[in-house]
Parts: sequence; structure tokens; C-alpha cells
Amino acid sequence: MKASAGGYARARDLSHALDLLADADGMGRVLAGGQSLIAAMNMRLSTGDMLVDISRISDLSGVSVQGRRLRIGALTRHAELGRDALIARHAPLLAQAVNHIAHAAIRNRGTIGGALAHADPAAEFPACVLALDAVLHLEGPEGSREVRAEDFFVDVFETAIAEGEILTAISMPLAEPDEVQMLKEVARRSGDYALAGLCFVRRAGGVRLSVLGAGSTPLLARAAMARLDMEDIGGAVAALRGELNPPSDTQATAAYRRHIAGVLLRRIWEEIGGESA
Amino acid sequence: MTISFGNPDRPNSYIGKTVPRPNAGRLVEGRGHYVDDMTLPRMVHVVFVRSPFAHARIKGIEAADALAVKGVLRVFTGADIAKVCTPWVAVLAHLKGLKSPPEHAIAVDRACWVGEPVAAVVATSRAAAEDGAALVEVDFYPLPVTGDMMTALDADTPVLHADMGDNLAFRREHHEGDVDAVMAGAHKVVSARFKTARHTGVTLEPRSILVDWNGAEGQLTAWHATQAPHMIQSVLAQHLGLEEGRVRVICGDVGGSYGIKVHVYPDEVATAAIAKIMGRPVKFIADRLESFTTDIHARDHEIRAKIAVDETGKILAFDIDDWTAIGAYSVYPRTSAIEGNQVVNLCGGPYDFSDYRAKTTVVFQNKTPTCQYRAVGHPIAVAVTEGLVDMAAAELGMDPVAIRRRNMYADDCYPVTSPAKMRFEGLSHHASMDTLVALMDYDGLRLEQAEMRAKGIYRGIGIASFIELTNPSPFMYGIGGARISAQDGCTVRMDPDGSLVALSGVTEQGQGTEAMLSQIVAEGVGVSPSRVRVITGDTQVTPYGGGTWASRGAGIGGEAALQAALALKASILEVAASMLQAQAKALDIRDGKVVDADSGAERLALEELGRIVYFRGDTLPKGLPRELVQTRHFITSEYPFAFTNGVQASYLEVDTDTGIVKLLKHWCVEDCGRIINPQLVDEQIRGGIVQGLGGALYEEIHYDAEGQLLNGSMADYLVPMAGEMPDMVIGHVETPTMESTLGAKGAGEAGTAGAPAAVMNAINDALRGLGAQVTEMPFTPERILRALGKIED
Ligand SMILES: Cc1cc2nc3c(=O)[nH]c(=O)nc-3n(C[C@H](O)[C@H](O)[C@H](O)COP(=O)(O)OP(=O)(O)OC[C@H]3O[C@@H](n4cnc5c(N)ncnc54)[C@H](O)[C@@H]3O)c2cc1C
Repeated sequence: MKASAGGYARARDLSHALDLLADADGMGRVLAGGQSLIAAMNMRLSTGDMLVDISRISDLSGVSVQGRRLRIGALTRHAELGRDALIARHAPLLAQAVNHIAHAAIRNRGTIGGALAHADPAAEFPACVLALDAVLHLEGPEGSREVRAEDFFVDVFETAIAEGEILTAISMPLAEPDEVQMLKEVARRSGDYALAGLCFVRRAGGVRLSVLGAGSTPLLARAAMARLDMEDIGGAVAALRGELNPPSDTQATAAYRRHIAGVLLRRIWEEIGGESA
Repeated sequence: MTISFGNPDRPNSYIGKTVPRPNAGRLVEGRGHYVDDMTLPRMVHVVFVRSPFAHARIKGIEAADALAVKGVLRVFTGADIAKVCTPWVAVLAHLKGLKSPPEHAIAVDRACWVGEPVAAVVATSRAAAEDGAALVEVDFYPLPVTGDMMTALDADTPVLHADMGDNLAFRREHHEGDVDAVMAGAHKVVSARFKTARHTGVTLEPRSILVDWNGAEGQLTAWHATQAPHMIQSVLAQHLGLEEGRVRVICGDVGGSYGIKVHVYPDEVATAAIAKIMGRPVKFIADRLESFTTDIHARDHEIRAKIAVDETGKILAFDIDDWTAIGAYSVYPRTSAIEGNQVVNLCGGPYDFSDYRAKTTVVFQNKTPTCQYRAVGHPIAVAVTEGLVDMAAAELGMDPVAIRRRNMYADDCYPVTSPAKMRFEGLSHHASMDTLVALMDYDGLRLEQAEMRAKGIYRGIGIASFIELTNPSPFMYGIGGARISAQDGCTVRMDPDGSLVALSGVTEQGQGTEAMLSQIVAEGVGVSPSRVRVITGDTQVTPYGGGTWASRGAGIGGEAALQAALALKASILEVAASMLQAQAKALDIRDGKVVDADSGAERLALEELGRIVYFRGDTLPKGLPRELVQTRHFITSEYPFAFTNGVQASYLEVDTDTGIVKLLKHWCVEDCGRIINPQLVDEQIRGGIVQGLGGALYEEIHYDAEGQLLNGSMADYLVPMAGEMPDMVIGHVETPTMESTLGAKGAGEAGTAGAPAAVMNAINDALRGLGAQVTEMPFTPERILRALGKIED
């Protein structure tokens, strides 16, 4: 199929982008890496979009440490995150995630902001930012605001980003010296969206566990987290299975996905030297 | 003339060597020329409105909004097309009882599967045609859907084609001996139910056709991504009411076919009809979704099967009950009964046993039609046979290699006729097995497997012997009345500069046909392969032939090329003998030069001979034949098919907590007769194995109960990818066929035939002792865990 776009404009800078969106009569659509949006347009799942290409806005890209937080520009590409020294040190979960996202060609173009704004419940980055307790920075006609990852994902492909707003950056606490960050998933083929996956973070404040591919949004598995804080892996696995509401589709049933989530949790626990019971 | 193939140091010894592919550089540099690369003056694009229902009456079509779209020129309904294009009925006389209703290029009053064309929109661009297609309003009245295969013949299942009486398309039962009696008295009888999933071929280049009707010349030209240009010529002529000679089919580069592009597709015929109506070139390129919904599907089978063995592991009988559902129509003109028929022909293939019963039941349903796809029926027959053999071995406590050695036809027993009435000219099951066992260090691997098992790691080894049907004679289609040539031809010409042009009726789909032809012609005449240009795929240029299917290119097309080349060599030497005042038989051609056969001393360069013949023919004796162009045809005559054989092995690891299978290594030893180009053969085997592994682990088209296809994208229909593919070790045994000088049989489908069975047996080997067994492909992680009883619903 041939895409049917309503128009295209390349934004010079953030305020230009916001103006273009404001002028688009509700048809405005941010174009970042295009790895989800263009595919959707090529299947005519999305038509008539007034594309606002933000990909050349250089100050929306890059990783920096700002005080005790790590800040990632929304336009930072998957491949860049995968080789960034600051990411490796302060948010290794994201670097692990990159290895599971699609293939090199897609990682070279896809952006973390695009992945988060797209909010595919099976994608890696949404679950990662949930586990990392990140904050998403939005800029809109009304100014800027911040949304916690826990409040950001609303439904399948739906986020807290309002009409005319742009996701500009993601920030999160720097990993503590002995913090554990681990991503494990099961996919049919390397690079496929996972059938189910877990993001595990253990820091002084406790364990944070998020699940991808387990429902309409990435899920923070609070009941399992509470059990893990008590070092009760058996209870955590049971709690996790209870918390999930995964889809059944042509790849696997909900029952399989639930089972896998438990298997992955046990494997993580074993790998970090936890007692199994 | 003969060629001493046994001597690798013979002059011009290109047959049997890996030589560069003449078209590889061009394709790699992006200079391939595919149908979609072509733009003709006044060309328009057609897009099809397709049925969103699996079964619906078409009550009306409203096209006004579509016609209002800028760039849209015409909208055609089925009735419009039916005025210039007759429907077809895909049956063959030798498949007794096969029935199928007339099928139109565009559905006239009823759509029978999701994706069937119901209208066509023609516009100046593909995008405009799509805009128009979205606005065509079709008034559908949904009808009851027949989806399930096993209940298709039940009394309360709606009959899809009322005129046909029931949903049975074809049934064949073959019975040799007395299977019931043997089963009743056998030491052990093992039975199982197997399923193979609906697949499709997923060619890199989608189906593509560009058709131009030139009324002034009275000629229709179709540039078509096809495997069988002459067959398409015949079909277009017949259904558009033209003389065959007034239809020209040109087939340039083709980006993969795998059998998908050997069939007649309604939308492609409609494109030709529209070109004829509009008098303008019309292009149709399927997009990926259309490929999934409208390329033929295949392999949707369910089989209940039994094997009987005695105490020593001797196979006594097989009993096979195969069912397959072929969608809404039998596919034209090869029909959709062949796959089931092949299962009947091929089960038990490698084994010397006597009592055999096999039945196939082929039913209609409201899904995309199925038809022949790489290794037609073989992966199914091999999975059933080899699955049962392994289960029998396990029952008897026998090693899988040992039970096969106990039962395979002895290498010195040929010719022999199997209980399925297949005639084998010469196979090498034991030599192949010996080679495989050595290549893979079978005993070492068993030790390793046991060691890993002790550590809680579940590895499995799976073996699958197979036979493969290649080089078909007219027994495959011709005797049934189809205008599909089993014969093929080649013309070889020498031009003034001493270079050669070879025109062949077999086609290049990306698999290397032209490389194979160039080296055969090079050796046959005595020049370097770089001096041979090969032309294929043009019905007005090449000799008449069948094209590419049933692994026939090298065996049939290659022999025609060899004979044409040898004939040209004789013509050249006749001229040279006259020029050199020598005996033709004392001369030879080596590396583009006429030489003394004994000493090898150079006498005359071919370019000099060419100069004299073409420009100074006056200096040659009057009446001296100087025909530097020769054509030969070849058809097999002794055997209906040239069977090949081989054996594959898979080594893999099953994660018994996630159900994920990791392929560790794969081996294949096969015997395709004379190997013309080792690298091409090895890569055909590897590519075929990959396709077989796809069937074993990943590929499955899903439909819901309403007949909606659920996974029509590359994200949801999983093809095998490089990351998951194991190293593959390929070995060969060479048993040339005596039907030809070349001795080549087919090699293109062997990999696909055996790989799924090898993987199935390896998984079950890994799971043995855990009380789990899988027989339903693909072996998804979930199916494996369910077999292990690990999933709580
Ligand atoms: C074959 C394939 C396989 C893939 N596999 C995976 C996988 O395994 N795991 C995975 O996680 N992802 C996968 N992806 C998706 C990939 O990661 C995408 O790159 C990503 O989801 C979107 O990022 P993008 O920059 O390309 O966004 P785009 O495609 O440009 O945009 C996506 C959406 O987000 C919006 N958007 C983008 N940026 C912003 C912004 N800054 N502010 C507001 N809205 C914005 C767009 O308007 C659009 O709606 C795959 C993609 C492909 C094509």
C-alpha cells in the first residue's frame, strides 16, 4: 500500500515544532524515527496526518547527567543508547533493552521518545522506564510539565501526552552503586516483540518489577514487588501471575504468557543469587 | 559424444565446479530488472478491491465515489471482466474425481475467501488507485462460512459450492497388500496424529505483472514474474480468446518463487483482461498484505497414521489417512489435489516394506486456495513417515539410525518399485546414512547428549530419511490435459567473436539456473563460462519449455543445454576441419580454441572461425554446412520421475521451562545425481532447509472461525531468520540418472522435504522420558510446554 499523508513539515526547533502542531487542526503528528509511524502509514492504518518532523532538532538528542539524575533526550536513538557510556553506567537496563529491540536498521533510526510515545505494551522501553521510576518531560503550547512513568501509559498506544504536546526528555535517578538492573524476555525470534518480558530493578528503596507484553500497558507488578521485598520468590511468582492480564494472540495464549513471566522471575532471582523456594 | 565426468582434469571441466554466477554481480549491484522496475508510456496501475468476508453474496457495487478520485480512470466488476475473459476449472483428467467450480478472474456474484478480488480500480498511480479502491462500495450479504477441515464433509456443514453437491474436492485411496491383516498380527503398532500448518511462500519480490495489449499488432505482451512463461502464455491466450502465438510472456529477473509463482492468479489474469479492454499497459504489483491473503497457501494437513513393525524392527506396514483443506477453489491449472496425492505417493518412501494403505481427502473451505509450494507434499509425507519410524524405534528400544538401516532399500536393489507404485531408478539410502553418521559423529553426539542430560539440559538428535520427486515427465500434468510442457529445449549459438548465446526454456528465479546453464554450455562447446550469455524467460525467443518447477531445471533444461552445446561443437568442428584440412574427430575445442585433440596444440581461435563463417563465407567450400546455431530438446522417457534421496539430522536444545527450541546444528546428505555446481547445490539445500525449519518452528497462517486471516504481516507470520538458523553441514552421494548424459536430478526441494521431520524427531528425542511428544507443527514454545503439561489455563 502507498501511504496517504496530509502533509509534511520539518521543524527547525522545538517552538517551531509546537507551532506546526498547533496549526495542524488536530491532524498534527510528530515524526521522530518513523519506525512505527511510517509502518502504520504504509498500511494505511493512519492516513491524512500532517507530519511534523522533529528529527533534526539537535537539542532533543543525547544523554547527560544532571545532578543526581540521568537525562535522555527524546530523540536519542536506540543504537546510541546501546553504546552510550553514561547509559551503561547509570541505567544499564536501557542498554540491555536495546539488544532485544528489533534489528540494527530499526535501532539506527528509532528513538526512545518515539518508542515511549508509541506506547506499545510489548515494547521494551516503556516497561524499562516504569521499572526505573523515570519521569517524562513534556513541552506543549501551555509550557512544560512532567509526568511520572507510572502515570504516563494510559492504554494500548495511548499515553498522557496531550494534543499538541511533544515528549522532550526522560529523566531518572542514577543507578546506585550496588543496584541490580536486569531485563529478561522470551521472544520467538531474536528482535521480535517479546511474548512476555520482565524489567527488574533492585535498589535501596526496594524492588521494582515491570512486565512487558502482559496487558494493555506495561505493568508495574506491585504485588510481586512486595513479595520480592520480603525475599519470597514463590509468593512473588504467584502474585505476578495473578497481576497479569496478558493477551492471547496467534503467537501464544495468555496462559503461556503468565507462565513465562513466572519462569523469567525465577531466573532473574536465581541469577542475582536469591534463595529459591 | 560423451564426457568423462569422472576425470576432474579433463579439458573444459566446468560441470561439477563452482563457477561464478553470471547474474550475481548485477543483482547485488541493484541492477536487476524486475517487473516493478518497468514503466511504459501510457501505463496505468490496477488495485483490487478484495472481499473482507470469507463468504458473501455480492449484491451490488457502487463505484461513483471511486471514479471521482483524481487519477482514477475505470472501475471494473467481475461481470465487466467476464465479458472478455472466460472462467477456468482447475481439474486434471488423471486425478480422477477431482472437481472444482468455474472460477472468474474477478468474483461475479459471490466471494469465497477473504482477499478474493471483487472489483478492480485502474488509475494513473498506485496511490490513486488505492484511494479509489477504498471508496468502492460493495454491498455484501454474508453467507455461512466453512472453515474447519475435519468437519467439512459433515452433514450439517454448509456446502460451499452448491453445484458441486458437497465439499469434497478429491479423494484417492491406494492400497497395496492387506494392511488390516498385517496390523492385526504385528508385534507392535504405533499410531499418531500429525498436523502441518498452513504456509505461504513469502517471496521477496511480490507477485508482479505488467500487460500491454497492442491492438495494431494484435499481440498481448505480459512482463510477468513467473516460473512458467509458456504455461501462462497458453492460459492467457485461452481465456482472453487469443491465439497462443499472439501472446508473448516475458519473464525478467524474479525475486524468488518457491512454487508461489507457478500458478494462475485471478488478479493477474484480470490485469491482462483490463489491458485488453483499455488498450493501455496495466501494472499490478501485490503488496505484502495481498501476498499473505492471495498468494497460494499450502501444507494445511491433518494425518492419522500407523506403522506396524516386527520384533526386529522390520517395518511391515504403513496406514495413512491424510486430510487437507484447499480453500475455495482448486488452483489453475496444476490443481490443488497434487499435494494430497503426493502424500499418498511418498509416505514410507525410503523403506522396503510390503503392505501400504494411504488415503487423501481433499476438501473445500472458505479460505485462500492452496497449491504447490516448494517440496509439494514431501515435508508432510516425510514428517509422518519419519515420525512413525522414530516412535516405533522408541517402542522397541532401538536406535533411530539402526531402525532405518534395518529397513531402507538396499543400495544395490535398483530398479525397484515401491508399495506406493513409485519406480526408483537408483538411490543411495545406505551410503547417504553412512556419510551422515560420519559427518555428524553420531556416536559422539549421543554421548554429548547424555552428558548434557545429566546436567538437566535437554538436547535431542533427530534423523529423517527422505525421497524427493524431481525431473517430472508428462505423467505429472500433461497426461491430465494441462498444457504444461515436461520437455524443455535449449538453443546455443556461436557469434562472430566466438562467444556463445544460450536460449533456454527453463527460467531463472534467483536460484542460479543461468549459472548452471552457462557452465554446461561452456563445457559442452569448450569455452570459458564467461563467454556464454544465457537468455531465459521469453516465449517468443527461447525454445518452448516448462520453466521452473518440480526440481527440473538442471535435470531437464541442463540436459537440453548439454545436447545443444555438443551439437554446436560438432558443427563448429565440421567447419574447422574443412578450414584446417583435418578430420573433425582429430580436433577438439578447448578454452575457446580449436586444438588438436591429441596434443592440445592450438589450431584456430573461435573468433577466427567466426570471422570466416560470418564475413568470408565465400572462402569456404560451397555446400559446407555452417550452422553455428543448434537446438536440442530433452524429455525423460524411462521413468515418470527421477527420484532423489537423502537424509537429514537436527541437533537442538529444548528449554523445558519456556518451550523455546534452540537449533544447534543441522546436517543433510543428499543424492541429486550429477552435481553441476557444488556451491549452487549446497545453497539450494541450505535455503531449502531454512524453509523447512520455518515450517517446523515458526510458520503458520491463522484464521478465525469467520475465515478472517489473522496474521497477514511479516510481524505476525514468522519466517525463519538468520539469527535462529543453525550451521548446516551438507554432504553428497552422487548416483547419476541414466536417462541423460548429464545425469543430473533435482536438488531444489530436498532441504525443505526433510528438515521439519528431523526437527520434530529431535524435539521428541529431547523430550523422551518426560512423557511429552509433539506432532503438530509448528512446534511453538506453547505447544511444547503444553505437551509437557506445564501450562495452567
Ligand atoms: C520491524 C520492526 C520491529 C520492531 N521491533 C521492536 C521491538 O522488538 N521492541 C520495541 O520496543 N520496538 C520495536 N519496534 C519499534 C521501534 O522501536 C520504533 O522505533 C519505536 O517504537 C518508535 O520510535 P520512532 O522514533 O521510530 O517513532 P515514530 O515512528 O517516528 O513515531 C511513533 C509514534 O510516536 C509519536 N512520537 C514520536 N516521537 C515523539 C515525541 N518526541 N513526542 C511525541 N510524540 C512522539 C509519533 O507521532 C508516532 O505516533 C520495531 C519496529 C519495527 C519496524
